[in-house]
Order: sequence, then structure tokens, then C-alpha cells
Amino acid sequence: MSALNPSGWQPSMGDAQGSGSELVTSSGDRGLMFEEPLSFEIGALDKCGVDMDEPGGEPVAALGAFLRKSAPDLPGLTEPETVRHYSRLSRQNYGIDLGPFPLGSCTMKHNPRLNEKLARLPGFADVHPLQPPTTVRGAFEAMDELSKWLIALTGMAAVAMSPKAGAHGELCGLLCIRAAHDHAGEARDVILVPESAHGTNPATAAFAGFKVESIPATASGRVDLAAMKAKLGPHVAGVMITNPNTCGLFEPEMKAISDTVHAVGGYVYCDGANFNAIVGKVRPGDLGIDAMHINLHKTFSTPHGGGGPGSGPVVLSEALCPFAPLPFTVRTGDGEAHLVEESNAAAIGHTLAFGRMTAFHGQMGMFTRALTYILSHGADGLQQVAEDAVLNANYVLRSCDDLLAAPFGSAGPCMHEALFSDSNLPEGFGTLDIAKGLIDEGFHPMTVYFPLVVKGAMLVEPTETESKAGLDRFIASLRHVARRALNGDETLHAAPVLAPRRRLDETLAARKPVLVWQRDPG
Amino acid sequence: MSRFFTNDHEWIEVSGEVGTVGITDYAQGQLGDITFVELPEVGSTVRKGASVSVVDSVKAASDVYTPVSGEVVEINEALGDAPETVNGDADGAGWLFKVALSDRGELDALMDEAAYSAYIAGL
Repeated sequence: MSALNPSGWQPSMGDAQGSGSELVTSSGDRGLMFEEPLSFEIGALDKCGVDMDEPGGEPVAALGAFLRKSAPDLPGLTEPETVRHYSRLSRQNYGIDLGPFPLGSCTMKHNPRLNEKLARLPGFADVHPLQPPTTVRGAFEAMDELSKWLIALTGMAAVAMSPKAGAHGELCGLLCIRAAHDHAGEARDVILVPESAHGTNPATAAFAGFKVESIPATASGRVDLAAMKAKLGPHVAGVMITNPNTCGLFEPEMKAISDTVHAVGGYVYCDGANFNAIVGKVRPGDLGIDAMHINLHKTFSTPHGGGGPGSGPVVLSEALCPFAPLPFTVRTGDGEAHLVEESNAAAIGHTLAFGRMTAFHGQMGMFTRALTYILSHGADGLQQVAEDAVLNANYVLRSCDDLLAAPFGSAGPCMHEALFSDSNLPEGFGTLDIAKGLIDEGFHPMTVYFPLVVKGAMLVEPTETESKAGLDRFIASLRHVARRALNGDETLHAAPVLAPRRRLDETLAARKPVLVWQRDPG
Repeated sequence: MSRFFTNDHEWIEVSGEVGTVGITDYAQGQLGDITFVELPEVGSTVRKGASVSVVDSVKAASDVYTPVSGEVVEINEALGDAPETVNGDADGAGWLFKVALSDRGELDALMDEAAYSAYIAGL
């Protein structure tokens, strides 16, 4: 049961609708469950929570015609009102620290507290990118150590540490590929992307100036190698493959795909979003991959989504590493790690860098956390991460595939995520009902309607984080909701009824979104 | 007048040298509530099979491929304020754009209504 507002009652519902209690409160709040207003609706707009000097003097004069004629409408909260407002809202939030986060294709795993402890060490937490390099030796050492691990785990030649997220890493990889073709004097303008790819893949290729052509999937959810071959030619700059792919399946033909692409002069980009399923087990370098981003916020447990910034280092093959963007670390003859920038790149022979992805060196706080995760697990521990993530996903798959259709279930084990569909549910019942029903059960829903190649997809990624007991609770709830749908339980269409809000009108929200608070709406 | 269909669930109704293109009722049913329709520019030249329009629904953003080559001569401006028309009347008022055909022969490769009905029955 949801710990938040178990009755699902809201002030707008009056007392008649299922509150389960005759008691009506004068405040609209119910027990310690609050109906929190907008910050604009707390306090007075003409008040200010802090004392500030009257404006005047040179800066005001310099504004000229830009000087405001009237005060802006800003919330007028005191400090305690502000603290309470956000604390109350945070109680309605659902995060990885409250329960399982089964979103597939997202890898929402526990953020170990040891990571946080080490990231807060002043030598890591308080460094500034403009500090003299001699004062941040330790930070460079940590970056270099992480680089070495990423290179070793992937079997690649080099790593560009600066990209700040998965899609940013994709862009970095494609810019390396573009630079390599430019350097070779080849004009290639097409990137091939499988149908099942993350949406960011075609978006990145288009952003990088390539034309995108899609490769169909086989009936077993893999890249259609024959169809890919038919599209290859001297105009193809490369392919982008996600492996394991977004159906939670390993591409067994990966080496053949790479060899085929290389044979016509193209490069292979691998979307490493799902590297957590194979880390310590398979080295992408051995599969012929030329570039792959690694989401530190997925595979290596750094905070994710609203919890923290992403970080997407890109590992590169021998063929692409001359084009790697600046800066990166290198260990020189003095035995210490140094940052390679424009000023010293020529000295180490790195003259073909395509440029920079970021102003500075990357997400230091995420580097520290990822390195902590890697060192605290060790090589054997990282292998177990992949094994447990895959085992957990298969446990979910086989515990529910008698009630929910599993599109590729007959093709054998899955990798890190279990894929279901609503194809076996009765007319009128679908994936959305299952997802909303799970909210009433106290679980965040899985990823729904993705990947697009499966109609009514439900993608569950338990990761290695969850214990068997935790998985059993989730499975019991998923089975319960699936049974409600299979039995034609019409009340499921109303779900969630126990959450702070009922089923929202997503269509209205998309068609007529209200994005700005106004003093006098209407 | 005659209507043809594609594997990607577009229909085209040809009248004289101009074809009116929309997505099928089956397609709108699969997409769910449509929230936004991005249409091609009038006067643009399109090549058969190219992605020229995008239909956003609460579930997904889907490309619409033109069934024929030619020049876009008109778009359904009314969909800007009322994208739900595609849900309500995909075969009629929910049309997307009109193309002046450059090669009528391209119609030969498309399905007729009976063939399309059989095609979606097999999906």
C-alpha cells in the first residue's frame, strides 16, 4: 500500500468519493498528508522573505530602458515557509531511496552511500576547474584511474572523459567518426540505426549532420544482418547499435556486424546504455566496436535523473582515438597524471582532436562516485553486478510470463531487462492499466510503450540492486494487477485510486499544457 | 476517385493530379490520442517514402511517409488547433497534406482497400 495518502482523498473530491471516512477537515489536508499549494499561493507576492537594500546608483542607471516599471510577481515566502514547501513536496516524490524503480532502459540502481562519502572529501568536492593544475593532482589521479578502468573493462584504446550524458557521448562518438572520415578525405553522410534503437541515436546522428536510415529487426528482436548489408555502401559513415539492445536482448551477431561495416569503410558506434548487463563479462573492443559511451549514472551507480548530473565517457578504438576531444588525462614520464589541453596536446602528438565537448574536463563528482563503485566492487564484484542484473531480470520474466505475454520469451533468456506486452490482455485492457495498477500497489511503474517495436511494451529492469525478497514483492503485485486485467476487472481503469492523484488526463496535458503561473488566470 | 494504402498505414485519395494523404483509422487507433501534428511546407518537393510529417500521440511520435513523389500543394491547417480531428475522422477531415503527383505510376505499388484490410487483419 502506498505510504502516501492511503485513501487517495483530495479536497476537490469532497467527502462523497471513497474517502472511507466521514471526517472532513477544515484545512483540506488530511492527517499529515498535505495538499501543498504553489509557492506563488503561499504568503504574499508583494512581500519578500529576505531584507535587501533599496536599489540605486550606477547599476540601475546602466539598465536604461530595461529597468522594470513594476515589481515582478515573485513568491514572497519566508525561509521557514520555503523549507516547509519543498520538504512537503519531497514527501510526495518517489525515488530510488523509497522503493524499487523498475524502469527499463534506464538502469535506476541504488546509489551507494560510500560513493557519496568519498565524493564529499574536500579534495574532490571543493576543486574548481580553473585551479592551477599543481593544486589538483589528486583529482587528475582519480580521473586517470577511472579512465584506466573504463579502458580495461571495455577493451578499447582510449577514453574521452568529458561528455556529460549518454546522448552527449553519442555526439562525441559520431564527431570522432566524422573527423576520421574527413581526415581520410571521405564524404560519407549516412548513419544506419536499427528500429529498436534508443530515440537518442537517430536524433544524435541527425544533430551531427548525418542522414539516418533505419535497419529492420528480425522476428527474434535482433538486427537484421542481411537487411543491414543491403544498406551498406561508400556513403555509409557508420552504424549505431545498442548492445544489449532495448528489447533486453544480446546481439549475437555483433562481431559479424562490425566486420561487415568495417569492410566497407564504416565505423561502429555502440550505445553503451546497457553495459551494466555485460560489464566484466564481454569487452566491446573484442566485438569490433569503434566508439561507445558508458553511462556512469547507469552502469556505475552514480545518481540519475533528478538525482544528479549524468556522465557519459566515450571509449574509442585505435582507429578513432587520434580524433578524441580535449581535454583528457595522460600519465607522462614523471609518473603523474596530467590534463592534456590545447596548449600541450602537440607535445604528446595528439594533433587531430576534433575539438572539445565541454568547457572543462567533465563531471568530477560523478567520476569520484563511479571510481568508488568500481574499486569497492573490484573486477570480480563487477562481474557479479552483470550476473545478478541478468539473473534478476530473468527471474521477473519467468515469474510473470504465464500471465503477461513475453514477446521474445521463447527465444531464451533475456539480458538485464524483462520485456512484456499487453497482447494477451482482454479487449479494453492495456499496458497503461497495468502501470497505473502498480502505483496503487505502491510501486513505481515500469517503462511503458517502449521499445516502439513491441506494441504495448512493458519493460522491467530490476538491476542487481533488488534482493530476492524485494523482487518477490514486486512480482506478486505485478501478477495481482495482471490477474485483475485478465479477469476483466473494470475498476482497474480507475487506477490509481490510492495515490495522491488519480489517473491524469495525459491528452489534455499534452494538448493544452499550463506551463506558467499567472496572477489572474482567465 | 480512388483510394490507395501503404504498409506504413497512410492512405492517399487521388483526384485528378492531386493526392490527399492521411493516416488510416487503424493507425490512429494504434497511436492513441493525438496531441500534435507536424506538417510539411507547402511548395516543398517530396520523394516517395520520405518522412514528411510527424504525428505525436500520448504514446509515441510517429513519422508519416509520403506514398507518392511530387509537390506539397496544401496542408490541413485546421489540425494545428485540433489535432484530435485525426482521431475522430482519420479517413476524412483528419487528412494531413495534398501532393501534386509527379509520377502516377507510383500508385501501382500501393494497396487497394481490400488488400489493406487483409494486411491489417494479419497484423
